[in-house]
Amino acid sequence: MNTPSVNSAAEAADLDERAVPALRPPSRLPGLAMDGLWRNNPALVQVLGLCPLLAISNTTVNALGLGLATLLTLLVSNTLVSVIRHWVRPEVRLPVFVLVIASVVTAIELAMNAWLHGLYVVLGIFLPLIVTNCIIIARAEGFAARNDVGHAAFDGLMMGAGFALVLVVLGMLRELLGQGTLFANAHLMFGEWGHGLTLQVMPENYGFLLAILPPGAFIALALLIALKNALDR
Amino acid sequence: MNRAQIVLTSLVLAAFTVLGVGVVAFMHQQTEPMIQAQAQAALNRQLAAVLPAGFDNDPAATRRELAPDGLLGGKGEPKVYQARQAGKVTGVALSVLAPNGYSGAIHLLVGVTREGTISGVRVVAHKETPGLGDPIEEAKSPWIHSFMGKSLADPSGKGWGVKKDGGVFDQFTGATITPRAVVQAVQHALLYVEQHKAELMETTP
Repeated sequence: MNTPSVNSAAEAADLDERAVPALRPPSRLPGLAMDGLWRNNPALVQVLGLCPLLAISNTTVNALGLGLATLLTLLVSNTLVSVIRHWVRPEVRLPVFVLVIASVVTAIELAMNAWLHGLYVVLGIFLPLIVTNCIIIARAEGFAARNDVGHAAFDGLMMGAGFALVLVVLGMLRELLGQGTLFANAHLMFGEWGHGLTLQVMPENYGFLLAILPPGAFIALALLIALKNALDR
Repeated sequence: MNRAQIVLTSLVLAAFTVLGVGVVAFMHQQTEPMIQAQAQAALNRQLAAVLPAGFDNDPAATRRELAPDGLLGGKGEPKVYQARQAGKVTGVALSVLAPNGYSGAIHLLVGVTREGTISGVRVVAHKETPGLGDPIEEAKSPWIHSFMGKSLADPSGKGWGVKKDGGVFDQFTGATITPRAVVQAVQHALLYVEQHKAELMETTP
Protein backbone atom coordinates (compact mmCIF):
# COMPACT_ATOMS: atom_id res chain seq x y z
CA MET A 1 0.00 0.00 0.00
CA ASN A 2 3.00 2.35 -0.05
CA THR A 3 2.90 3.50 -3.65
CA PRO A 4 -0.46 2.40 -4.97
CA SER A 5 -0.84 5.17 -7.50
CA VAL A 6 2.39 4.36 -9.32
CA ASN A 7 1.57 0.67 -9.32
CA SER A 8 -1.89 1.02 -10.73
CA ALA A 9 -0.74 3.51 -13.32
CA ALA A 10 1.93 1.09 -14.48
CA GLU A 11 -0.65 -1.66 -14.53
CA ALA A 12 -3.04 0.43 -16.52
CA ALA A 13 -0.34 1.22 -19.04
CA ASP A 14 0.49 -2.45 -19.23
CA LEU A 15 -3.16 -3.32 -19.81
CA ASP A 16 -3.41 -0.70 -22.50
CA GLU A 17 -0.38 -2.17 -24.20
CA ARG A 18 -1.95 -5.62 -24.26
CA ALA A 19 -5.30 -4.31 -25.38
CA VAL A 20 -3.65 -2.82 -28.44
CA PRO A 21 -1.46 -5.54 -29.85
CA ALA A 22 -0.91 -3.70 -33.10
CA LEU A 23 2.13 -1.48 -33.47
CA ARG A 24 1.57 2.14 -32.81
CA PRO A 25 3.63 4.01 -35.38
CA PRO A 26 3.83 7.80 -35.13
CA SER A 27 0.64 8.31 -37.08
CA ARG A 28 -1.87 5.67 -38.08
CA LEU A 29 -4.29 8.15 -39.57
CA PRO A 30 -3.26 7.83 -43.25
CA GLY A 31 -3.43 4.06 -42.93
CA LEU A 32 -6.89 4.25 -41.38
CA ALA A 33 -8.07 6.56 -44.13
CA MET A 34 -6.68 4.25 -46.78
CA ASP A 35 -8.40 1.30 -45.09
CA GLY A 36 -11.81 2.90 -44.91
CA LEU A 37 -11.84 4.50 -48.32
CA TRP A 38 -10.13 1.85 -50.39
CA ARG A 39 -8.10 -1.11 -49.08
CA ASN A 40 -10.71 -2.38 -46.64
CA ASN A 41 -13.74 -0.52 -47.99
CA PRO A 42 -16.88 -1.68 -46.16
CA ALA A 43 -18.97 -2.03 -49.32
CA LEU A 44 -16.41 -3.20 -51.88
CA VAL A 45 -14.09 -5.37 -49.79
CA GLN A 46 -15.83 -6.31 -46.54
CA VAL A 47 -19.14 -6.44 -48.47
CA LEU A 48 -21.06 -5.53 -45.31
CA GLY A 49 -24.39 -3.77 -45.01
CA LEU A 50 -25.55 -4.66 -48.49
CA CYS A 51 -29.29 -4.55 -47.83
CA PRO A 52 -29.60 -0.75 -47.54
CA LEU A 53 -26.79 -0.32 -50.07
CA LEU A 54 -28.71 -2.16 -52.77
CA ALA A 55 -32.20 -1.06 -51.79
CA ILE A 56 -31.71 2.68 -51.54
CA SER A 57 -29.13 3.32 -54.27
CA ASN A 58 -31.75 3.91 -56.99
CA THR A 59 -31.15 7.66 -57.02
CA THR A 60 -28.19 9.84 -56.09
CA VAL A 61 -30.10 11.85 -53.51
CA ASN A 62 -31.47 8.78 -51.72
CA ALA A 63 -27.97 7.30 -51.69
CA LEU A 64 -26.43 10.50 -50.37
CA GLY A 65 -29.06 10.75 -47.62
CA LEU A 66 -28.60 7.21 -46.39
CA GLY A 67 -24.82 7.42 -46.85
CA LEU A 68 -24.56 10.55 -44.68
CA ALA A 69 -26.86 9.07 -42.03
CA THR A 70 -24.71 5.93 -41.91
CA LEU A 71 -21.51 7.99 -41.79
CA LEU A 72 -22.83 10.04 -38.88
CA THR A 73 -23.95 6.90 -37.06
CA LEU A 74 -20.52 5.29 -37.50
CA LEU A 75 -18.69 8.40 -36.33
CA VAL A 76 -20.82 8.87 -33.21
CA SER A 77 -21.12 5.19 -32.29
CA ASN A 78 -17.38 4.58 -32.72
CA THR A 79 -16.59 7.60 -30.55
CA LEU A 80 -19.03 6.60 -27.80
CA VAL A 81 -17.97 2.95 -27.80
CA SER A 82 -14.35 4.03 -27.47
CA VAL A 83 -15.21 6.39 -24.60
CA ILE A 84 -17.00 3.71 -22.60
CA ARG A 85 -14.70 0.82 -23.50
CA HIS A 86 -13.02 0.65 -20.04
CA TRP A 87 -16.29 0.64 -18.11
CA VAL A 88 -17.96 -2.21 -19.92
CA ARG A 89 -17.15 -5.77 -18.95
CA PRO A 90 -16.48 -8.05 -21.91
CA GLU A 91 -19.48 -10.25 -21.00
CA VAL A 92 -21.98 -7.49 -21.67
CA ARG A 93 -20.08 -5.45 -24.25
CA LEU A 94 -22.21 -6.52 -27.22
CA PRO A 95 -25.58 -5.65 -25.65
CA VAL A 96 -24.14 -2.33 -24.51
CA PHE A 97 -22.72 -1.56 -27.98
CA VAL A 98 -26.05 -2.43 -29.58
CA LEU A 99 -27.82 -0.16 -27.07
CA VAL A 100 -25.46 2.70 -27.87
CA ILE A 101 -25.87 2.20 -31.63
CA ALA A 102 -29.66 1.91 -31.41
CA SER A 103 -29.88 5.11 -29.34
CA VAL A 104 -27.67 6.99 -31.79
CA VAL A 105 -29.64 5.81 -34.83
CA THR A 106 -32.98 6.64 -33.21
CA ALA A 107 -31.72 10.12 -32.36
CA ILE A 108 -30.54 10.64 -35.97
CA GLU A 109 -33.84 9.30 -37.29
CA LEU A 110 -35.80 11.76 -35.13
CA ALA A 111 -33.56 14.63 -36.24
CA MET A 112 -34.02 13.77 -39.91
CA ASN A 113 -37.77 13.47 -39.44
CA ALA A 114 -37.76 16.97 -37.99
CA TRP A 115 -35.40 18.75 -40.38
CA LEU A 116 -35.26 16.66 -43.57
CA HIS A 117 -38.82 15.40 -43.60
CA GLY A 118 -39.04 14.76 -47.35
CA LEU A 119 -35.90 12.65 -47.38
CA TYR A 120 -37.00 10.89 -44.20
CA VAL A 121 -40.18 9.77 -45.94
CA VAL A 122 -38.25 8.51 -48.98
CA LEU A 123 -35.67 6.56 -46.96
CA GLY A 124 -38.46 5.06 -44.87
CA ILE A 125 -37.62 1.83 -43.10
CA PHE A 126 -33.95 1.90 -44.16
CA LEU A 127 -33.19 4.70 -41.72
CA PRO A 128 -34.06 2.77 -38.52
CA LEU A 129 -32.54 -0.32 -40.16
CA ILE A 130 -29.09 1.32 -39.95
CA VAL A 131 -29.05 -0.23 -36.48
CA THR A 132 -28.78 -3.65 -38.06
CA ASN A 133 -26.10 -2.62 -40.57
CA CYS A 134 -23.31 -5.02 -39.64
CA ILE A 135 -20.60 -2.52 -40.60
CA ILE A 136 -21.48 -0.45 -37.53
CA ILE A 137 -21.26 -3.20 -34.91
CA ALA A 138 -18.23 -4.58 -36.77
CA ARG A 139 -16.31 -1.30 -36.35
CA ALA A 140 -17.50 -0.89 -32.74
CA GLU A 141 -16.38 -4.39 -31.77
CA GLY A 142 -13.42 -4.72 -34.09
CA PHE A 143 -11.84 -1.30 -33.75
CA ALA A 144 -13.46 1.24 -31.42
CA ALA A 145 -13.49 -1.11 -28.42
CA ARG A 146 -9.68 -1.48 -28.63
CA ASN A 147 -8.51 1.99 -29.58
CA ASP A 148 -8.43 5.46 -28.15
CA VAL A 149 -11.17 7.96 -28.89
CA GLY A 150 -9.34 9.92 -31.58
CA HIS A 151 -8.43 6.92 -33.68
CA ALA A 152 -11.87 5.35 -33.18
CA ALA A 153 -13.63 8.50 -34.33
CA PHE A 154 -11.34 8.81 -37.34
CA ASP A 155 -11.90 5.17 -38.24
CA GLY A 156 -15.67 5.70 -38.02
CA LEU A 157 -15.40 8.75 -40.24
CA MET A 158 -13.32 6.97 -42.86
CA MET A 159 -15.33 3.74 -42.88
CA GLY A 160 -18.50 5.82 -43.10
CA ALA A 161 -17.04 7.89 -45.91
CA GLY A 162 -16.02 4.73 -47.77
CA PHE A 163 -19.53 3.32 -47.43
CA ALA A 164 -21.22 6.60 -48.38
CA LEU A 165 -18.93 7.05 -51.37
CA VAL A 166 -19.75 3.64 -52.84
CA LEU A 167 -23.43 4.24 -52.14
CA VAL A 168 -23.37 7.58 -53.97
CA VAL A 169 -21.41 6.22 -56.95
CA LEU A 170 -23.88 3.34 -57.17
CA GLY A 171 -26.78 5.79 -56.91
CA MET A 172 -25.38 8.02 -59.67
CA LEU A 173 -24.73 5.04 -61.91
CA ARG A 174 -28.22 3.60 -61.47
CA GLU A 175 -29.99 6.94 -61.74
CA LEU A 176 -28.09 7.86 -64.88
CA LEU A 177 -28.66 4.49 -66.56
CA GLY A 178 -32.16 3.99 -65.21
CA GLN A 179 -33.89 7.31 -65.72
CA GLY A 180 -31.30 9.48 -67.43
CA THR A 181 -31.08 12.12 -64.71
CA LEU A 182 -28.68 13.12 -61.95
CA PHE A 183 -29.65 14.59 -58.57
CA ALA A 184 -33.40 14.21 -59.19
CA ASN A 185 -35.45 15.23 -56.12
CA ALA A 186 -32.48 17.13 -54.70
CA HIS A 187 -34.98 19.53 -53.08
CA LEU A 188 -35.77 16.78 -50.55
CA MET A 189 -32.32 17.30 -49.13
CA PHE A 190 -31.31 20.86 -49.95
CA GLY A 191 -34.64 22.69 -49.83
CA GLU A 192 -36.07 24.77 -52.65
CA TRP A 193 -32.85 25.60 -54.50
CA GLY A 194 -32.28 21.85 -54.91
CA HIS A 195 -34.75 21.91 -57.82
CA GLY A 196 -32.04 23.62 -59.88
CA LEU A 197 -29.55 20.84 -59.21
CA THR A 198 -31.40 18.21 -61.22
CA LEU A 199 -29.65 17.41 -64.48
CA GLN A 200 -31.58 15.87 -67.34
CA VAL A 201 -28.75 14.02 -69.05
CA MET A 202 -30.77 11.81 -71.36
CA PRO A 203 -33.93 12.72 -73.31
CA GLU A 204 -37.08 13.15 -71.19
CA ASN A 205 -38.68 9.80 -72.06
CA TYR A 206 -35.49 7.75 -71.64
CA GLY A 207 -35.72 4.85 -69.25
CA PHE A 208 -33.85 1.61 -68.59
CA LEU A 209 -35.90 -0.32 -66.08
CA LEU A 210 -33.29 -2.94 -65.18
CA ALA A 211 -30.99 -0.33 -63.65
CA ILE A 212 -33.70 0.90 -61.27
CA LEU A 213 -34.94 -2.52 -60.19
CA PRO A 214 -33.06 -4.57 -57.56
CA PRO A 215 -31.17 -6.74 -60.09
CA GLY A 216 -29.63 -3.54 -61.43
CA ALA A 217 -28.26 -2.82 -57.98
CA PHE A 218 -26.54 -6.21 -57.80
CA ILE A 219 -25.11 -5.88 -61.29
CA ALA A 220 -23.86 -2.33 -60.69
CA LEU A 221 -22.24 -3.28 -57.37
CA ALA A 222 -20.58 -6.28 -59.00
CA LEU A 223 -19.18 -3.99 -61.71
CA LEU A 224 -17.81 -1.61 -59.07
CA ILE A 225 -16.15 -4.46 -57.16
CA ALA A 226 -14.67 -5.78 -60.41
CA LEU A 227 -13.39 -2.31 -61.25
CA LYS A 228 -11.74 -1.98 -57.86
CA ASN A 229 -10.09 -5.38 -58.20
CA ALA A 230 -8.86 -4.48 -61.66
CA LEU A 231 -7.40 -1.19 -60.40
CA ASP A 232 -5.65 -2.98 -57.51
CA ARG A 233 -3.96 -5.43 -59.80
CA MET B 1 -17.34 -14.44 -12.31
CA ASN B 2 -18.47 -14.16 -8.71
CA ARG B 3 -21.69 -12.81 -7.35
CA ALA B 4 -20.48 -9.25 -6.87
CA GLN B 5 -19.18 -9.08 -10.42
CA ILE B 6 -22.46 -10.37 -11.80
CA VAL B 7 -24.38 -7.71 -9.91
CA LEU B 8 -21.95 -5.01 -10.99
CA THR B 9 -22.12 -6.07 -14.62
CA SER B 10 -25.92 -6.09 -14.57
CA LEU B 11 -25.88 -2.65 -13.03
CA VAL B 12 -23.60 -1.36 -15.78
CA LEU B 13 -25.91 -2.82 -18.41
CA ALA B 14 -28.94 -1.30 -16.66
CA ALA B 15 -27.21 2.07 -16.43
CA PHE B 16 -26.51 2.08 -20.16
CA THR B 17 -30.11 1.11 -20.86
CA VAL B 18 -31.37 4.02 -18.78
CA LEU B 19 -28.87 6.32 -20.47
CA GLY B 20 -29.88 5.18 -23.96
CA VAL B 21 -33.58 5.54 -23.24
CA GLY B 22 -32.88 8.94 -21.72
CA VAL B 23 -31.08 10.17 -24.84
CA VAL B 24 -33.88 8.95 -27.10
CA ALA B 25 -36.58 10.43 -24.85
CA PHE B 26 -34.80 13.79 -24.76
CA MET B 27 -34.35 13.81 -28.52
CA HIS B 28 -37.98 12.83 -29.02
CA GLN B 29 -39.12 15.68 -26.81
CA GLN B 30 -36.89 18.16 -28.63
CA THR B 31 -37.97 17.19 -32.12
CA GLU B 32 -41.64 16.41 -31.58
CA PRO B 33 -43.14 19.86 -32.27
CA MET B 34 -40.98 20.12 -35.39
CA ILE B 35 -41.99 16.65 -36.61
CA GLN B 36 -45.66 17.43 -36.03
CA ALA B 37 -45.32 20.69 -37.92
CA GLN B 38 -43.59 18.92 -40.82
CA ALA B 39 -46.26 16.22 -41.05
CA GLN B 40 -48.94 18.90 -40.86
CA ALA B 41 -47.27 20.95 -43.59
CA ALA B 42 -46.93 17.90 -45.84
CA LEU B 43 -50.61 17.07 -45.32
CA ASN B 44 -51.64 20.67 -45.98
CA ARG B 45 -49.67 20.71 -49.25
CA GLN B 46 -51.40 17.56 -50.41
CA LEU B 47 -54.83 18.78 -49.33
CA ALA B 48 -54.33 22.11 -51.07
CA ALA B 49 -53.45 20.21 -54.25
CA VAL B 50 -56.68 18.20 -54.37
CA LEU B 51 -59.29 20.48 -52.76
CA PRO B 52 -61.14 23.11 -54.82
CA ALA B 53 -59.18 26.36 -54.68
CA GLY B 54 -60.27 29.35 -52.66
CA PHE B 55 -60.97 27.79 -49.27
CA ASP B 56 -60.43 29.93 -46.20
CA ASN B 57 -60.23 27.33 -43.44
CA ASP B 58 -57.58 24.88 -42.25
CA PRO B 59 -58.67 21.65 -43.97
CA ALA B 60 -56.34 19.48 -41.90
CA ALA B 61 -58.19 20.57 -38.76
CA THR B 62 -61.53 19.27 -40.12
CA ARG B 63 -60.23 15.71 -40.30
CA ARG B 64 -62.85 13.10 -39.54
CA GLU B 65 -62.58 9.32 -39.50
CA LEU B 66 -65.03 7.48 -41.73
CA ALA B 67 -66.44 4.03 -41.15
CA PRO B 68 -64.68 1.51 -43.42
CA ASP B 69 -66.65 1.02 -46.61
CA GLY B 70 -66.21 -1.16 -49.67
CA LEU B 71 -66.20 1.96 -51.83
CA LEU B 72 -63.30 3.43 -49.83
CA GLY B 73 -61.08 0.43 -50.32
CA GLY B 74 -62.48 -1.82 -47.58
CA LYS B 75 -59.58 -1.92 -45.17
CA GLY B 76 -57.50 1.01 -43.99
CA GLU B 77 -58.65 4.08 -42.10
CA PRO B 78 -60.57 6.28 -44.51
CA LYS B 79 -60.70 9.95 -43.55
CA VAL B 80 -62.39 13.05 -44.86
CA TYR B 81 -61.18 16.68 -44.85
CA GLN B 82 -63.39 19.63 -45.71
CA ALA B 83 -62.62 22.80 -47.63
CA ARG B 84 -64.83 25.69 -46.58
CA GLN B 85 -65.49 29.16 -47.83
CA ALA B 86 -67.21 31.48 -45.36
CA GLY B 87 -68.34 28.46 -43.37
CA LYS B 88 -69.87 26.64 -46.32
CA VAL B 89 -68.31 23.37 -47.43
CA THR B 90 -67.08 23.75 -51.01
CA GLY B 91 -65.54 20.33 -51.33
CA VAL B 92 -64.05 17.37 -49.52
CA ALA B 93 -60.86 15.36 -49.77
CA LEU B 94 -61.19 11.64 -49.09
CA SER B 95 -58.22 9.59 -48.00
CA VAL B 96 -58.91 6.20 -49.55
CA LEU B 97 -57.22 3.02 -50.72
CA ALA B 98 -57.17 1.43 -54.13
CA PRO B 99 -57.03 -2.14 -52.79
CA ASN B 100 -56.16 -3.87 -56.07
CA GLY B 101 -52.86 -2.33 -57.14
CA TYR B 102 -50.21 -4.49 -58.79
CA SER B 103 -48.25 -4.79 -55.55
CA GLY B 104 -50.58 -3.99 -52.69
CA ALA B 105 -52.92 -1.15 -51.93
CA ILE B 106 -52.40 2.33 -53.38
CA HIS B 107 -53.07 5.16 -50.96
CA LEU B 108 -54.97 8.02 -52.61
CA LEU B 109 -56.27 11.46 -51.74
CA VAL B 110 -59.35 12.26 -53.83
CA GLY B 111 -60.79 15.77 -53.88
CA VAL B 112 -64.48 16.15 -54.79
CA THR B 113 -66.39 19.42 -55.07
CA ARG B 114 -69.82 20.04 -53.66
CA GLU B 115 -71.19 19.58 -57.19
CA GLY B 116 -69.67 16.10 -57.39
CA THR B 117 -66.78 16.75 -59.79
CA ILE B 118 -63.17 15.81 -59.16
CA SER B 119 -61.05 18.74 -58.04
CA GLY B 120 -57.83 16.76 -57.85
CA VAL B 121 -56.32 13.36 -57.13
CA ARG B 122 -52.90 12.55 -55.66
CA VAL B 123 -51.16 9.31 -54.87
CA VAL B 124 -49.96 9.49 -51.29
CA ALA B 125 -48.17 6.15 -51.06
CA HIS B 126 -47.78 3.09 -53.28
CA LYS B 127 -45.53 0.12 -53.94
CA GLU B 128 -46.04 -0.17 -57.69
CA THR B 129 -43.16 -1.13 -59.96
CA PRO B 130 -40.78 1.80 -60.48
CA GLY B 131 -40.66 2.79 -64.12
CA LEU B 132 -43.82 0.88 -65.04
CA GLY B 133 -46.55 1.66 -62.53
CA ASP B 134 -45.17 4.84 -60.97
CA PRO B 135 -46.41 7.34 -63.59
CA ILE B 136 -49.44 7.55 -61.26
CA GLU B 137 -47.19 9.83 -59.15
CA GLU B 138 -47.56 13.46 -60.04
CA ALA B 139 -43.79 13.87 -59.96
CA LYS B 140 -43.35 11.26 -62.70
CA SER B 141 -46.12 12.08 -65.18
CA PRO B 142 -49.16 14.34 -65.59
CA TRP B 143 -51.48 11.32 -65.86
CA ILE B 144 -53.11 11.91 -62.47
CA HIS B 145 -54.37 15.29 -63.74
CA SER B 146 -56.62 13.53 -66.26
CA PHE B 147 -59.19 13.13 -63.48
CA MET B 148 -59.65 16.89 -63.14
CA GLY B 149 -63.26 17.96 -63.68
CA LYS B 150 -64.52 14.43 -64.19
CA SER B 151 -67.73 13.30 -62.47
CA LEU B 152 -70.00 10.27 -62.33
CA ALA B 153 -71.91 11.64 -65.34
CA ASP B 154 -68.81 12.56 -67.33
CA PRO B 155 -67.63 10.07 -68.48
CA SER B 156 -70.65 7.88 -67.86
CA GLY B 157 -70.93 4.14 -67.44
CA LYS B 158 -68.06 2.21 -68.99
CA GLY B 159 -66.13 5.43 -69.50
CA TRP B 160 -64.76 5.07 -65.98
CA GLY B 161 -62.03 2.68 -66.98
CA VAL B 162 -58.72 2.55 -68.82
CA LYS B 163 -58.80 2.65 -72.63
CA LYS B 164 -58.08 -1.07 -72.87
CA ASP B 165 -61.37 -1.70 -71.02
CA GLY B 166 -63.28 0.78 -73.17
CA GLY B 167 -62.83 3.72 -70.81
CA VAL B 168 -61.43 7.20 -71.35
CA PHE B 169 -58.28 7.04 -69.18
CA ASP B 170 -54.86 6.13 -70.56
CA GLN B 171 -53.06 3.05 -69.36
CA PHE B 172 -49.26 2.93 -69.30
CA THR B 173 -46.95 0.93 -71.48
CA GLY B 174 -46.42 -2.30 -69.61
CA ALA B 175 -48.77 -1.43 -66.77
CA THR B 176 -52.55 -1.70 -66.97
CA ILE B 177 -53.36 -3.05 -63.53
CA THR B 178 -52.03 0.01 -61.69
CA PRO B 179 -54.00 2.73 -63.56
CA ARG B 180 -57.07 0.45 -63.62
CA ALA B 181 -56.95 0.21 -59.82
CA VAL B 182 -56.59 3.99 -59.47
CA VAL B 183 -59.43 4.76 -61.90
CA GLN B 184 -61.71 2.36 -60.09
CA ALA B 185 -60.82 3.76 -56.67
CA VAL B 186 -61.51 7.32 -57.85
CA GLN B 187 -64.87 6.27 -59.31
CA HIS B 188 -65.72 4.50 -56.06
CA ALA B 189 -64.82 7.60 -54.07
CA LEU B 190 -67.21 9.61 -56.25
CA LEU B 191 -69.96 7.05 -55.66
CA TYR B 192 -69.31 7.21 -51.94
CA VAL B 193 -69.56 11.00 -51.94
CA GLU B 194 -72.84 10.80 -53.87
CA GLN B 195 -74.29 8.33 -51.38
CA HIS B 196 -73.17 10.25 -48.32
CA LYS B 197 -73.41 13.76 -49.71
CA ALA B 198 -75.55 15.26 -46.94
CA GLU B 199 -73.30 13.94 -44.23
CA LEU B 200 -69.99 14.84 -45.92
CA MET B 201 -70.91 18.33 -47.11
CA GLU B 202 -72.43 19.43 -43.82
CA THR B 203 -70.35 21.86 -41.78
CA THR B 204 -69.14 20.02 -38.71
CA PRO B 205 -67.92 21.90 -35.66
